[in-house]
Amino acid sequence: MILVWLILLPFIGGLLSWQGERWGEKAPRWIALLTMVLVMLVCLLIWLTGDVQLPSLGPDVQGPAWSREWRIDWIPRFGIEIHLALDGLSLVLIALTGFLGLLAVLCSWKEIVKRVGFFHLNLLWILGGVVGVFLAIDLFLFFFFWEMMLVPMYFLIALWGHSGSPGKTRIRAAIKFFIYTQASGLLMLVAILGLVFAHHAATGTYTFSYEALRDTPLSDTAAMWLMLGFFVAFAVKLPVVPLHGWLPDAHAQAPTAGSVDLAGILLKTAAYGLLRFALPMFPEASQAFAPVAMVLGVVGIFYGAVLACGQNDIKRLIAYTSISHMGFVLIGIYSGSALALQGVVVLMVAHAFSAAGLFILSGQLYERLHTRDMREMGGLWGRLGSLPGFTLFFVAASLGMPGTANFVGEFMVLFGTFPTAPVIVVVASGGLVLAAIYSLMLMQKVHFGSAQGQEPLCNYDGREFSMMLGILILVLLFGLYPQPLLDTTGAAMDSVQQVFMADNPADQGTGTGGGL
Amino acid sequence: MLTLTHLLALSSVILVCVTAIAVMLGIAWRRHHAATAIGSAIGLNLALVSLIAVASLGTVAVPLLIIDSMSLFSTVLILLSALACVTLAHSYLSGFDGWREEFYVLLLCATAGGIVVASSQHLATLFFGLELMSMPLYGMLAYTYRQNRSLEAGIKYFVLSAAATTFMLFGMALLYAQTGRLDLPGLAAGLGNEANAWTLAGAALTLVGLGFKISIVPFHLWTADVYEGGPGPATTFLATISKVAVFIVLLRLVLNAPAFGGEWLSAALTVLALVTMIVGNLLALAQSNIKRLLGYSSIAHFGYLLMALVVGEGLAVETAGIYLLTYVLTALGAFGVVTLLSSPYSGEDTASLHYYRGLFWRRPVLAAVFTVTLLSLAGIPFTAGFIGKFYIIALGVEASQWWLVGGVILGSALGLVYYLRVLVTLYLVEPGLRQHDAKDDWGLQASGLVVVGLAFLTVVIGLYPSPVIDWLAFVAATSG
Repeated sequence: MILVWLILLPFIGGLLSWQGERWGEKAPRWIALLTMVLVMLVCLLIWLTGDVQLPSLGPDVQGPAWSREWRIDWIPRFGIEIHLALDGLSLVLIALTGFLGLLAVLCSWKEIVKRVGFFHLNLLWILGGVVGVFLAIDLFLFFFFWEMMLVPMYFLIALWGHSGSPGKTRIRAAIKFFIYTQASGLLMLVAILGLVFAHHAATGTYTFSYEALRDTPLSDTAAMWLMLGFFVAFAVKLPVVPLHGWLPDAHAQAPTAGSVDLAGILLKTAAYGLLRFALPMFPEASQAFAPVAMVLGVVGIFYGAVLACGQNDIKRLIAYTSISHMGFVLIGIYSGSALALQGVVVLMVAHAFSAAGLFILSGQLYERLHTRDMREMGGLWGRLGSLPGFTLFFVAASLGMPGTANFVGEFMVLFGTFPTAPVIVVVASGGLVLAAIYSLMLMQKVHFGSAQGQEPLCNYDGREFSMMLGILILVLLFGLYPQPLLDTTGAAMDSVQQVFMADNPADQGTGTGGGL
Repeated sequence: MLTLTHLLALSSVILVCVTAIAVMLGIAWRRHHAATAIGSAIGLNLALVSLIAVASLGTVAVPLLIIDSMSLFSTVLILLSALACVTLAHSYLSGFDGWREEFYVLLLCATAGGIVVASSQHLATLFFGLELMSMPLYGMLAYTYRQNRSLEAGIKYFVLSAAATTFMLFGMALLYAQTGRLDLPGLAAGLGNEANAWTLAGAALTLVGLGFKISIVPFHLWTADVYEGGPGPATTFLATISKVAVFIVLLRLVLNAPAFGGEWLSAALTVLALVTMIVGNLLALAQSNIKRLLGYSSIAHFGYLLMALVVGEGLAVETAGIYLLTYVLTALGAFGVVTLLSSPYSGEDTASLHYYRGLFWRRPVLAAVFTVTLLSLAGIPFTAGFIGKFYIIALGVEASQWWLVGGVILGSALGLVYYLRVLVTLYLVEPGLRQHDAKDDWGLQASGLVVVGLAFLTVVIGLYPSPVIDWLAFVAATSG
């Protein structure tokens, strides 16, 4: 039942803060903050009491064993259930959702002044939908949440976004985002239904259950088509390069909280989907597809990095770096080594922190300078108090400096992938050079160079400072001591790896999970 | 020989007709707007209640009509929509400066026609029902005749509908010439499985006539103008009851008569479905008038629904039922909001998109209702529309109709563009003008409650569709 509360909390909190606007402008913010703290506390409780750290896989256990589970019939006609389950991977991502939700509420404290209640309704409903995605294990329910979280995100961008240059308004960006994800989502629905009907043809029962559908006998071509249906949906969200068109616009036009959620969590739902559904359900097809996916990952790394170098809009720059980082995630996911898969988790968490940090920083810059154009910045070091220092740190994290969590993640992904795909790894490493270039360019353009003025700008208040310090500590913590994170997700990642490589026992020795 | 059972089975139609006569006599005696509306509503409610008794009878067939679970289902839909139309009409016509009461007589007659169409199993009743439904509609559409648009809508619908009817009559004549029968089972038996040119032509012409009523592309040209011009309640009727009744008949034809399910017509239907969903959505893209937009969107929705006719087996009946139900709920909600915001006293209906700017900040509940209906039309989870879309895609995947599935996906993506455009308009910053607005006490009126109830039902079905699904699975099992 605690899992149901994890989902319900943000939804209820959202409604409360919407109505809470009657008691003044502060009320919605505090209610939202409280809700996210509660979600974090519940996650902590589960982590402390659950047995997510135990590798729950025996030699004959197929698939993940859940540390917590909750199910109830929903639409018996098709065997659809409300079936929630939690393992280490979902726990980490839900905790991440809670933390970034907290940040999103905090960073819009001053930025959002219009329609505060409705804003927090949308913000919390996104988070509720995302938690639902991470918990749902019935494919219908998963799809339900997957599509549902688009609507509040759409509102967030369309109503509180920044209006960009002519022809690139926030409403256009929001609609673009919605159409990309919705259309690809429908492809996934087709794939889900194809799987269900294949299962029905084989066994005579309708079911949307994850465990049951995994055993569906499929011909090779059918499995490949269905896998592609899932892959396209996740690839749009991740995003993988030819399908990334919505991301820079959505990021540039979204309010800070929206960008934090987009980069921090929404992109992670795609990686989660690949790890939870696409790989375990179609292991052979995924393996056949792995080279293509890895090449797409490499293309993404370079495409994102090169385009990031050419941006003048600071948020667009960070958006393109997200594409680049997600390329590493894609490579790691399809490498099939436990080490790389563990690295993917670390990288996802690290990227969530560093991207959120950078987006918050650019939001703070915008609040002070009222521009996101880097040509109008420059020489800000010394005029902004501690903001440039934090920028330097997150830029360093983003380029994968040792000591930060990003380094651990990228290193593990590349190291784990090397035995299976050395060429890919060698080429992908080149992306790290580009990462250094765009990161330093950002730093140079914004904070160094000739100054536009002399008078000092508004320094940090306590809220902003503690917020940035919190992320900084977490990045350092997971960079220096990632073991608790690895232990938590170890079992889940091992099972993914075993299913994925089941036909290929020769490669299983590349890693056992749980550490460097 | 008519027995008491037969009479009981027909009680809903009889009750609606009796109400129509009673209301007419009442008007002749003394005009009273509220009393007329309440009387009509009571009659419709009685008809609804009588269905409970009818349901226990099982399938009853008189020579011309068949009362089975499918016609029961459609009768429930039709009566509920009629109730919604009556309440909407009451608030709409309150500001009308002409005779208001006759609208209800027309509405009740048309409702009776709709029920007859949905229960017909004989070409004679089919034709009779269609005319009984269409004739009053001409009057309803042109009811606010001092506005040119309304008059234009009525006349346009009249002329084109009459043309379509002649097509259908000719088609029926051809079918009769081939078989010598007019009842559906007889037709089905007489036509056999081989299709010669005459039966094909007959079936195709009938299809054209019926396709006009549910505005399949290329017989859709009247739709947008008529929707735009007609008074709100009449447009609501046109978009819901008339379409449901005709679609049920089409479903019966395809299920019963093999000539309609033959290879040739099936291919034609596939093309029509594909074209309808794409063209409907494409044309809706450029609209800035909400009633026109909803008109085109309803064309697209019936394009999706045609898939049920193309497949015609397996989940088809269930899908058609679910989709009709969710469509009717949402369409009633959407047109209901438009109607509530309009009044014939102040000129044309409030349908231009810019009147809706910032609606959320002055009428939060009404805008929330509109949001739910728009999301439902777009097929987003949490709303009934999602369940409908789920069924449509499931049907396509089950039958391996990949072209149609692709069409649905493309259509949905296109649809999002205009639904979202309207949606965001509701929430944008309020401009200075606010002359077109719902009355202040709209929430207390019956029509306000109806609209809120519809939105609530849309969400409930989206979250817990099991009862509805069970019902329609039963309908499919007993009438397939």
